[in-house]
Amino acid sequence: MSPGDLEFLCALVRARSGLVLTGERGFFAETRLSPLARREGAASVADLVQRVKIAGDDRLLRAVVEAMLIQETSFFRDREVFATLAETVLPSLAAAHDGPLRVWSAGCAFGQEAYSLAMLAADAPQRIALDIFASDLSSAALEKGESGLYTHFEVQRGLPIRGLLRHFEPADDAWRIAPDLRQMVRWRRLNLVDEFKVSKPFDLILCRNVVDGFYPAIRAKVFERLEHALAPGGWLVLGARETAPDGFVAAGAAGIFRRRIALVAAA
Amino acid sequence: MKTCLVVDDSRVVRKVARRILEGHDFEVTEAVDGAEALATCRAAMPEAILLDWNMPMMDGLEFLRRLRKEPRGQEPTVIFCSAETHPDRIAEALDCGADEYIMKPFDSEIIEAKFAEAGLI
Repeated sequence: MSPGDLEFLCALVRARSGLVLTGERGFFAETRLSPLARREGAASVADLVQRVKIAGDDRLLRAVVEAMLIQETSFFRDREVFATLAETVLPSLAAAHDGPLRVWSAGCAFGQEAYSLAMLAADAPQRIALDIFASDLSSAALEKGESGLYTHFEVQRGLPIRGLLRHFEPADDAWRIAPDLRQMVRWRRLNLVDEFKVSKPFDLILCRNVVDGFYPAIRAKVFERLEHALAPGGWLVLGARETAPDGFVAAGAAGIFRRRIALVAAA
Repeated sequence: MKTCLVVDDSRVVRKVARRILEGHDFEVTEAVDGAEALATCRAAMPEAILLDWNMPMMDGLEFLRRLRKEPRGQEPTVIFCSAETHPDRIAEALDCGADEYIMKPFDSEIIEAKFAEAGLI
């Protein structure tokens, strides 16, 4: 890919998603776009970029941005984080709540994170009721997540074999998540950069390795909205190397934070 | 150095598995079927065993049953590696004492993920 094309794509992604493509994501632009180029009947990635430049309609622009942003992921990614969720976070939240816990997987990609949470809840010694919301910028990713179908390769990354037997069944060449786990998750297309409102605060939000790519000003805005979307004392899980702003305190494993409970002003 | 015994009647599979495991600092030995694997284990018990199911002479399941009855035969972490993907069959392998299970075909990421799952890397 020519440096000019890469620059054009980076500007496009930045304008439409607020994300700065650096390192790997920029480097793999060609690989990420070639399936889309094939689907669109373009002769090459360069040809696809040319079409976008000359006559890119909204649909095509959106498809290009989505293809550039989608992240490979796995079940139970970062075992330490899921161990902390299972041993500390979910039981303590469940003990303090009557109804189901509200959980948001923000930037859910193909849904492995959302279903990993569903499996944790189902496998807890005392089953924990979760309402899981999964959102992503990519409708293609959401569609796959909602289908609950994962390939032979996907189910062998991060998922213990006993988990596979307990929660999946074979479906042709793939594996399908059990209906009771699938029913725990609602899917919605959402760009974190846009304004969003939540009807009821969440008890736990996972937004891992998503905001790091944003410009600082946009990142601050997104954090502000996440903070508002969380109940006081609610938990925020970021990527292991990401840090939450002032309204949060570090709690346990790397990347796990709690929203501060507002202090009543001292007399 | 950690030791891993790769048991498979396919030379190609043994070679691929060896290359991946050596990349993770395993000292790899090979066996072509269950009978040879059992002899190898009696001489020196490995820490990990990557085990195929269908093999001539003695298959993986029979080997695993016998291994677990050997002195120190409970020690190795056994990861089954087979094209058999029916849940009932996988459950049978786990009941016989397998710790993890890889469905063929595999790639290096799957081997790494499963060995991590079993606490080996």
